[in-house]
Amino acid sequence: MSTDSILSDLEKTVNGQSPTATAPTPEVSPKAAGEQSPATGRSLELQDLRLFYSGNEAVHGVDLKYNAGEVTAMIGPSGCGKSTVLRSINRMHEEIPGATVQGKVLLDGIDIYDPRVDVTGVRRAIGMVFQKPNPFPTMSIRDNVAAGLRLAGIKGVEVDDRVEWALKGAGLWDEVKDRLNAPGIGLSGGQQQRLCIARTIAVEPEVILMDEPCSALDPIATLKVEELIGELKEQFTIVIVTHNMQQAARVADRTAFFLLGDLVEVADTQTIFTNPSDTRTEEYVSGKFG
Amino acid sequence: MSTPDTTLGGARPSLELGRALRSRIDGPVRQVLTAVAALILVLIAYFLLRLYLEARPVFANYGALNFVTDNAWVPSKDSFGAWPLIAGTLITSVIALIIGVPVAVASALYITELAPARIRGVLTTLIELLAAVPSVVYGLWGVFFLIPKIRPAEQWFSDTFAFLPFIGGGTVAGPNYFIAGLILAIMIIPIISSISREVLDTVPREHKEAALALGATRWEMIRMAVLPYSRAGISGAAMLGLGRALGETIAVTLVIGNAPRIGESIFSQGYTLAAVIANEFGEAASDPVHRAALIAAGLVLFMLTLIVNFIARWFVTRSEKRLSAAAAASHAPVQTAGAKA
Amino acid sequence: MTSPAAPLRSLPTISAARRRKDKAARSIVAVLTGLALVPLALVLFYLFQQGLGAWSVDFFTTDPTGRSCFPGQTSCDIGGVRSAIVGTVEIIALASAFAIPLGIAVAVYLVEYGKKTKFANTVRYFVDVMTGVPSIVFGLFVYIVLVVAGIGGSWGAWKGSVALALLMLPIVVRSSEVVLNLVPDQLRESALALGSPRWKVITSVVLPTARSGLITGSLLAVARAAGETAPLLFTAFGAAELTFGLSGQMNSLPLQIFNDVRAPQDAIVQRAWGAALLLVLMILALNLIARLAQRRSKIS
Repeated sequence: MSTDSILSDLEKTVNGQSPTATAPTPEVSPKAAGEQSPATGRSLELQDLRLFYSGNEAVHGVDLKYNAGEVTAMIGPSGCGKSTVLRSINRMHEEIPGATVQGKVLLDGIDIYDPRVDVTGVRRAIGMVFQKPNPFPTMSIRDNVAAGLRLAGIKGVEVDDRVEWALKGAGLWDEVKDRLNAPGIGLSGGQQQRLCIARTIAVEPEVILMDEPCSALDPIATLKVEELIGELKEQFTIVIVTHNMQQAARVADRTAFFLLGDLVEVADTQTIFTNPSDTRTEEYVSGKFG
Repeated sequence: MSTPDTTLGGARPSLELGRALRSRIDGPVRQVLTAVAALILVLIAYFLLRLYLEARPVFANYGALNFVTDNAWVPSKDSFGAWPLIAGTLITSVIALIIGVPVAVASALYITELAPARIRGVLTTLIELLAAVPSVVYGLWGVFFLIPKIRPAEQWFSDTFAFLPFIGGGTVAGPNYFIAGLILAIMIIPIISSISREVLDTVPREHKEAALALGATRWEMIRMAVLPYSRAGISGAAMLGLGRALGETIAVTLVIGNAPRIGESIFSQGYTLAAVIANEFGEAASDPVHRAALIAAGLVLFMLTLIVNFIARWFVTRSEKRLSAAAAASHAPVQTAGAKA
Repeated sequence: MTSPAAPLRSLPTISAARRRKDKAARSIVAVLTGLALVPLALVLFYLFQQGLGAWSVDFFTTDPTGRSCFPGQTSCDIGGVRSAIVGTVEIIALASAFAIPLGIAVAVYLVEYGKKTKFANTVRYFVDVMTGVPSIVFGLFVYIVLVVAGIGGSWGAWKGSVALALLMLPIVVRSSEVVLNLVPDQLRESALALGSPRWKVITSVVLPTARSGLITGSLLAVARAAGETAPLLFTAFGAAELTFGLSGQMNSLPLQIFNDVRAPQDAIVQRAWGAALLLVLMILALNLIARLAQRRSKIS
């Protein structure tokens, strides 16, 4: 089921379900009917992106394209700027005091840093999964998944349907369907991370950013999340930052290698790991440093 | 192999000398320090005991229950019913909380979540300056500025809300419960604000970012990730503020009117436990029963603040425990995972 | 952030209702924060406006012993606040001499010896309890055990110091404990590994490292005590004339203000403002020095 069809279903349901004119209109996803949008997420492009912490340039002019429907991995040693780049894609970078941005991030041709763009809209369209599983500690499993839906004004049965859909999408439904009202933090680490993925996909973003999503998980949980990533790319454009080169090799279609705030090269994952064009990439992927 | 052995052998005598020294002097040092720490416990126990013993005459003559429930505090007639004082203490403190808590919590939220980074430090310092002004100075300001300036507004309020019992109606006295409550609110804002700030600072960044990444506005982030997390801690902060308000003496003494009866509205004159002690101690020095009554008033005040502080600590510890439990739950997988894959 | 005049076609937009709610909530929070600062501005403004007018050379060099200032009199001689200044300094100095060493000793015990034992936690708990005890109750306690019992006469300045010391003690303990906990364990361990006994480690490593932090905490406690009136009411009791001996009654700035506020004459009230300004400036200076000491701290 594609994002689009779900969304149009949603629109139908919502319209059909709101007999009272006073009910607030839910914020449905933007894909207007007449528009020719791809069925598999949207493409993203960084144009001369420069990122700063308190005036210090941490990322120096990156140009990078993330294709729709693909998983792009960003790899590189600690401090190379890969996480900073990731956080700038949904404008989380600017939440750090003193952090600033130059350049452009285009989501399907729209610059998300355009002053006319609303930052909350950007984050609706570009979801994020964090390094450490971070379900809301005071909320139940259901409420965690529904958190973003409630923000968007979706109510009632629709919420339950979408929660179920998202939990199924995150491969968690069978494990938690009998205890949806149990607290989210009662789950195991791997389950918590998949809960966070469910929370992210519930609002149907175009792009999902993942910041080392498995670094806090054991190998079995990591495997499950990696399998999930493979399934999710059917519907979402996925950008993943990882420390773990094997993981990049397993999940990514394309891989970008960063070093000291520069994008060294980006290519098919196969190429990066077997036949990189830059010697620094070769040294890194062969374990000479990092 | 032989080198480390020699070193170890060489070091051994001095280690033993150290150990000997440690046992000779460390023992007494430790004992003295333990005794000093124990002093605090002894002090508090002695404290309560002496207050009780000195207050006993009035309990014996008058009955402990009568003392706290009787409505007539007339020292000249040896009538010591502390209920008007207790009521005044509670009324002014509740007014202080109603005014002070929203302001204090808002300032903490503003400083931790909303203010531009540049002005956070300045705002923190300014709010803390409120705590640097002594009680007697607030009293002075209350008497000569607040009471005259605010009176028309009080009269308007009282007339407008005349239909609300105890809130409106009746004439506005110069010094009254409301003024005392207002000054108390100003005095407890810094402590509530600073403890709330500490609590808010413990909200993990990842939870706030989780909310923002879902497309929450700032306020929605606060509602979703910050407040549920910090509710218990903020309640504790408010209770600690209440503890302060209950025992605050000098400023209240100057602006409450010192009338030992329960006023007809919040704009009537009243009295509090602390104020009665401050005012009547001079004259009670030669009258053992009056003095015992004042000490009993102090004991009641002490018990009130103890209870409130116990509840406050319970709230704060509970919030800390919950936070660390939540942190442990989300950290546990990190530990089992060991090294990063 | 910025309000999009024309939202770009393809990005989700936030509903007007949500935006309004966000804006309204943030404005309310900001306004309430501003409201907290209104009394500060008003108090400081009135203090300077009224207080500076009372200041003169006589204000600082004479005692509040004058009695002759009634309506119609052109020159009145109510006197200044010299005895109150001297009294405040002496009483606070003695209170600090009691509370600071004792408080730091308790903190050293808690951090270096007691650690997480049941006894240490009990002590911590009751130190917290002491923080919540109203200052007038400390005064009452000292009145009972020292004044009524007639130990060294009746009213006495040193008894006021004891009451203030009780008030300062928990503040010194808790702030010192925090600072001592910041001293890195490696410092202790490396000194212990060299064979130094624990007391030596405390005196030659832990305390010097924490020194500026300890000073900060102590000064904040001093600043807190300097403004207190209630514990002095029936211990030091007050005296108009200049006294130096701590065993007798003694004046102090808070007591002088408290008495002057309730006087019926404008000139005396004016003196209260002058004394209040002086007291607030003294307390602010202590706070400032405390902050400077903190800034110089080796451990943050």
